[in-house]
Amino acid sequence: MKNKIEEIIIEVLTELNEELEKEALNNPTKDTKLYGGSGALDSLGLVSLITDLEERISDEFDNDIILADEKAMSQRTSPFRNVESLTIYIQKILEK
Amino acid sequence: MKKVLLITGTRKGIGKELAEYYLSLGCNVIGCSRSPGTIVNSCYRHYELDVSNEKDVVNMVRVTKKEFGRIDVLLNNAGIASMNHFLTTPYKTVQNIFNTNFFGTFLFSREVSKVMMKQKFGRIVNYTTVASALRLEGEAIYAASKGAIENFTQTISKEVAPYNITVNAIGPTPVETDLIKAVPKDKIADLLDKQAIKRFGTFEDIKNVIDFFIDDKSNFITGQIVYLGGVHN
Repeated sequence: MKNKIEEIIIEVLTELNEELEKEALNNPTKDTKLYGGSGALDSLGLVSLITDLEERISDEFDNDIILADEKAMSQRTSPFRNVESLTIYIQKILEK
Repeated sequence: MKKVLLITGTRKGIGKELAEYYLSLGCNVIGCSRSPGTIVNSCYRHYELDVSNEKDVVNMVRVTKKEFGRIDVLLNNAGIASMNHFLTTPYKTVQNIFNTNFFGTFLFSREVSKVMMKQKFGRIVNYTTVASALRLEGEAIYAASKGAIENFTQTISKEVAPYNITVNAIGPTPVETDLIKAVPKDKIADLLDKQAIKRFGTFEDIKNVIDFFIDDKSNFITGQIVYLGGVHN
């Protein structure tokens, strides 16, 4: 499941970057920084990523998840900081 | 291309009339209410849900997106009213009013905006009331829930403007529907007297403003609150 989630995140990021054209998001990997600090996304970019991911995850796993929930927003280390942390976070939600 | 409208609270009253009106124009309409739907039309879909149930709202919007591919217009029409002195208003009543009026508007706006931002087009119309502008005694909680909607409307209109989504609100005067049937007649008469034009609102009055807000040409109209009957803050 983890590999599939990571694959989806990378696909979504690649599609999103066709619009954003950020150099840091060319050829994303599990280490690609997303949001906060030196992350490549601004707040509007993060909103687009979350929206696209919710739809793709819902289609792929037949599970209507909300990524921007209270837990995600209150965690000391944001699950949106890089691809790997986001993968782990989504996996946890799906396994609930 | 057929427009796709999502209208909450379509079982009766203004929501039902609006749904039937837009169906008559050839639109696809997706509606909801807490009880079974009352509209039969091949272009109409009905969901039985509580607008403050996050899971059900998310599901309704996602299924709609899957079937129709887009959502052009959201009318956050579902609402409940209650008239009571605030000192004798049960806490549970306050929760129910905010659940339907504000939290329902929030959830549908959030989920539908996610669809609209990708299609780079959307029209959201929220519902307030003249009771909010008039600070009507006896309607503290109802008007407060609508006051929250007004502020929310104007703030999110800025947040979604980059995606070509407009968000406006209509503030009807009393219309003769179930929503006001429990309100004493003299109170309604007092309210009508505070309007510049002293009569009940009609479905046509509401439809006129909504048609204007959702028109393709209204892409420079956002964050506006339009009260009917000549009421203002």
